[in-house]
Amino acid sequence: MSQGGRLRIMRGKDWADPVRPARREVREAVPETAGDRPPVLFVPGYGYGAWAFEEHWLEHAAQRGFPAYAMSLRGHGGSEAVPDATLRAYAHDVVQVAASLPRQAVLVGHGAGALVVSRALARYPARAGVLVAPVLGGAGVLAANLRHNPFGTLPALFGARVRWRARQLFSAGLPAETARGYLARLGGAGGRAQWQLLRPGPGEPAVGDPRMLVLGSPDDRVVPAAALNRAAQRYGGAPLLFPGMGHAMMLDARWREPIDAILDWLEKLPPRG
Amino acid sequence: MSTSTDQGSSGSGDTRHQQDPAVSDRGETVCVIGAGASGLTAVKNLREHGFDVDCYERETGVGGAWNWRHDRSPVYAATHLISSKPFTQFPDFPMPDDWPDYPHHSMLLSYFERYADHFDLRRHIWFGTEVVRVEPAEGERWDVTTRSTGGYGVERTSRYAAVIVANGHNWSPKMPEYEGLADFRGEVIHASAYKDVKQLRDRKVLVVGAGNTGCDIAVEAAQAAAACWHSTRRGYWYAPKYVLGRPADQVNDAALRMRLPVWLRQWLFHRILRLTVGDLTRYGLPRPDHKVYETHPIANSQLVYYAGHGRIRPVPDVARFDRYDVELTDGRRIEPDLVVLATGYLPRFEFLAPGLLGDEDSGRPSLYLNTFPAGRPTLAVAGLVQPDSGIFPISHWQTVLIARALRLRRTDPRRAEAFAERVRSGVGQRYAGRVKESSRHWFEVGHVDYLRAVQRALDGLEKAA
Repeated sequence: MSQGGRLRIMRGKDWADPVRPARREVREAVPETAGDRPPVLFVPGYGYGAWAFEEHWLEHAAQRGFPAYAMSLRGHGGSEAVPDATLRAYAHDVVQVAASLPRQAVLVGHGAGALVVSRALARYPARAGVLVAPVLGGAGVLAANLRHNPFGTLPALFGARVRWRARQLFSAGLPAETARGYLARLGGAGGRAQWQLLRPGPGEPAVGDPRMLVLGSPDDRVVPAAALNRAAQRYGGAPLLFPGMGHAMMLDARWREPIDAILDWLEKLPPRG
Repeated sequence: MSTSTDQGSSGSGDTRHQQDPAVSDRGETVCVIGAGASGLTAVKNLREHGFDVDCYERETGVGGAWNWRHDRSPVYAATHLISSKPFTQFPDFPMPDDWPDYPHHSMLLSYFERYADHFDLRRHIWFGTEVVRVEPAEGERWDVTTRSTGGYGVERTSRYAAVIVANGHNWSPKMPEYEGLADFRGEVIHASAYKDVKQLRDRKVLVVGAGNTGCDIAVEAAQAAAACWHSTRRGYWYAPKYVLGRPADQVNDAALRMRLPVWLRQWLFHRILRLTVGDLTRYGLPRPDHKVYETHPIANSQLVYYAGHGRIRPVPDVARFDRYDVELTDGRRIEPDLVVLATGYLPRFEFLAPGLLGDEDSGRPSLYLNTFPAGRPTLAVAGLVQPDSGIFPISHWQTVLIARALRLRRTDPRRAEAFAERVRSGVGQRYAGRVKESSRHWFEVGHVDYLRAVQRALDGLEKAA
């Protein structure tokens, strides 16, 4: 089920140069009665924070019986500002939060958060992995963004943050005012981490052989359809598609459909034990 | 320390017949002995590879040696780790960021408890149950006989597809022999019986042994006792826990990562020690008769410090005990009223018939990767290593390798046979550069050399046939 490649146990970098800790923001919505559902950890992409999931998905997952958590990567949302953050540091943050949860967690990554999750899966045996509108790196995403949003994307090549346009991230169904509100809350990732998106390197296989689910929208103007298919193929399947939705699926007008699909899929996972 | 398992095989099971209906057949289930660090990671990794697991633990909690409530636990009140977090934690379950570089033993216990809960391992563990015998059965399977800890109740025998031994090696004290020890009127304890600094307070203490435990206890005595002698057979290097502002093991691995040759690392380390600690003989400590990395490393910043304050008096080996005093090999006589023998532990597998681990000749197991005995593809040992680093990451990768090797027996018997061949040709290999005292420390490994060998073995399993 997982990405190919060789399990690598020599981890000189992790041993000699562990990631320096940074204070993290974690929001949670836990169902009132404890069940046997695994905890779900939402990992936002570059520029977003825990707030993006707190808006709808967190509470919805809890109502369906899943202990739900959303975090902000370092330098995002309410987490500590770390200017020279790297992809490795982001993955470290995710593994730290996942390991702090009471039970083996499901990792859900959105956008570039999916790349962070794919790295975290090589360091933490998640119950399952879910990639939403995944940005797994490479020049394709840059090309798509230059096409849809040249003036917002170009400055990012020089270390500034991407300036998004509402129509890239949201469908027309989302009221313009709400969309503007979300756009205003977007921040940016560290310059180094942003560059690493272009050439993130090969990565390592997931440990613990987790089940994987990839979903996205054919009308996403950040992640081209080809990139979405490639991402799904890498994890041995086809993507679940939600036509008509923008990139920010957890904030868009029809946010309920993808999260229900994810939770349905999780309910059907074979028990582990 | 006398334990209930010492009576071992006094039962009537030796004549048990293979078809005995009293043996309950557990099918493809794997048996893990012990729920300490190595046993827990064995259960987790076997489960992850699709195996059913029964784990037997003689105590009532997880954590093995690191659970101070256990009567076999060697930890004392002030025990802290001597390897920093990256070398101590399981590679797929990091310790929290807000823990210190060198956590206290109570943190380690809570870490193992969280690990067991996080991966839902407790439901596979039979607590308060000790293993009495492990005997080969037909088809390379194993009959495991258990009973309630302490010898109460009836024995039960279950048949398993494989057995993983993770009973630890720091619980059976190794007692040295000295002339006159029996007549000595002062108190003599093994380090395993040292629990709290109040045992040392206002007493004249002789600590024997320059392992990490001996050095730690000498430092505690320096702070609390009326006097402290520290007896070592030779001079050692005392590596500080921090060098260049970082945990020393992380600095060392930075050099290893650059693949610096051992002579260059030795030169660098000598240089650093020279600049920071200086000449050990100035403190009255004997001059090391070897280079660093040639004996099991001692990580202790305080021993030299207290020697410099006169609170620790370094002395040579003990020659003999008299009624009221102790004679040293240099002829000096000292009068301690408490002697702490920090002389280490011996691995013991009293539930296994001699020979099963390839130990018929030397009396010590002969294993491939310190894990696999030759000709017994369904028997393995986890955690039987004395690394120059933390032990738990090594146990983790050992048990991943064990799980994959066992899985291969189901999915691809031909490659499994190739692995068994590899085990046969590889038993007894060492993974520790140039270590002195190799006769004593036969399971000493260098973590980098050892893990590279595990990596090669894992790659060998994955290779297309």
